[in-house]
Amino acid sequence: MLALQGAFALHLDALGRLGVEGLEVRTATDLAQVDALIMPGGESTTMSMLLESQQLFAPLNTAIQGGLPVFGTCAGMILLSAEILDGRSDQRCFGALDMKVRRNAYGTQIESFETDLDVAGLDEPFHAVFIRAPGVEALGPGVEVVSSHQGEPVLCRSGAVLASSFHPEVTNDDRLHRLFLETIAGA
Amino acid sequence: MSEQETNRETGSPLVKRGLAEMLKGGVIMDVVNPEQAKIAEDAGAVAVMALERVPSDIRRDGGVSRMSDPEMIQGIQETVTIPVMAKARIGHFVEAQILQSLGVDYIDESEVLTPADETHHIDKWAFTVPFVCGATNLGEALRRISEGACMIRSKGEAGTGNIVEATRHLRSILGDIGKITKADNAELFEWAKQLQAPLPLVQEIAETGELPVPMFCAGGIATPADAAMTMQLGAQSVFVGSGIFKSSDPSRMAEAVVQATLNYQDADILAKVSTGLGEAMKGLEMATLETKMAERGW
Repeated sequence: MLALQGAFALHLDALGRLGVEGLEVRTATDLAQVDALIMPGGESTTMSMLLESQQLFAPLNTAIQGGLPVFGTCAGMILLSAEILDGRSDQRCFGALDMKVRRNAYGTQIESFETDLDVAGLDEPFHAVFIRAPGVEALGPGVEVVSSHQGEPVLCRSGAVLASSFHPEVTNDDRLHRLFLETIAGA
Repeated sequence: MSEQETNRETGSPLVKRGLAEMLKGGVIMDVVNPEQAKIAEDAGAVAVMALERVPSDIRRDGGVSRMSDPEMIQGIQETVTIPVMAKARIGHFVEAQILQSLGVDYIDESEVLTPADETHHIDKWAFTVPFVCGATNLGEALRRISEGACMIRSKGEAGTGNIVEATRHLRSILGDIGKITKADNAELFEWAKQLQAPLPLVQEIAETGELPVPMFCAGGIATPADAAMTMQLGAQSVFVGSGIFKSSDPSRMAEAVVQATLNYQDADILAKVSTGLGEAMKGLEMATLETKMAERGW
């Protein structure tokens, strides 16, 4: 669990409910001990800077290119993307998902919303909370859209990488965490 | 598609509290112009608080302190990509309406400004934008939550660069939460009465062991060590007001406070980031204060 800033404690609660041990990752030494990683929601610009100052960006990049299963939510999706629109010029991303994302695509906090989504692989709709959420603007051919909202992709997968523009950790519905652990991380 | 549109909801408690969750483990910095906002964002702030004067200047200048000029707030919104918060006076629901109209991401109903109502706080449920409110004790925190606040911050004593009041407020709030988790059901009624707080919120705390909303710290943080101490005491993020831009090297101080908030348990890193920062803001002793801002609000 990447624990530089943001809603990492809520993700750890979800992992705990699923009987999975979650480790807070703040250094390269922590990273070496995990089998899969979740990148939480939070401020993507802050996280990008802290990844650098904690000397975590390069080892994490190597791990992701080497096939580490990763689930990124909101800011995590931004970090996993290939190109960031409306970000800071010095903001970095891992390019693990061949897609462009626009930060705060839905507007400021008063435009933040919750809604039900149909998700491929889940029987019942998933209640999703979007907080100053990013929007996916362009997708490469290798990226599978697992769920959309009003025609826009909001949950995407490519290989061992899953990313949502919403926050599955703020509700008590653990189905997406389970989906990630079982079908992607092979737990 | 039509089904998705009908159940799409903005301004719900979950959506409002959600942003506070995303700000955890971060630093929210007071800024008075776009240049300062840029420095804050460059240093890794998770949000900025736009206000006309930092608390230490409000304290020095005196007079009535109000919501900032919308032009200044918009200038900051155009400059940074991180969330922008702004302050409304306690009870001044029209300032809050204006701030919501400007599209700020969070409103701080703040004791740092001069209160506009001596009895009532803003009915925060009536707004789409979320609110943060200050508290000196658990009762005050729960009253603010019952009015719709989605984030609580300890008040501390703003503009003093003195951490002692923030420490008192954090210890008081978190200490009482600890005691409530050990109380039996019958004692919870007495707790609610003593705290002058709604019983269901007291019962919720007894069950979960924490406030129903995120709990941040504000008021008097002037150094990286101050930030780390409030995090070790149990704050989930820190607000830094005058402490950044009243120091001799704001950019370095801002970065150091961000590093200290992340690495708050690692004394080696804290030592490193505390080194050579220049002068911290000049602090004030509590006994010398003419106005105690923390006493505003009820």
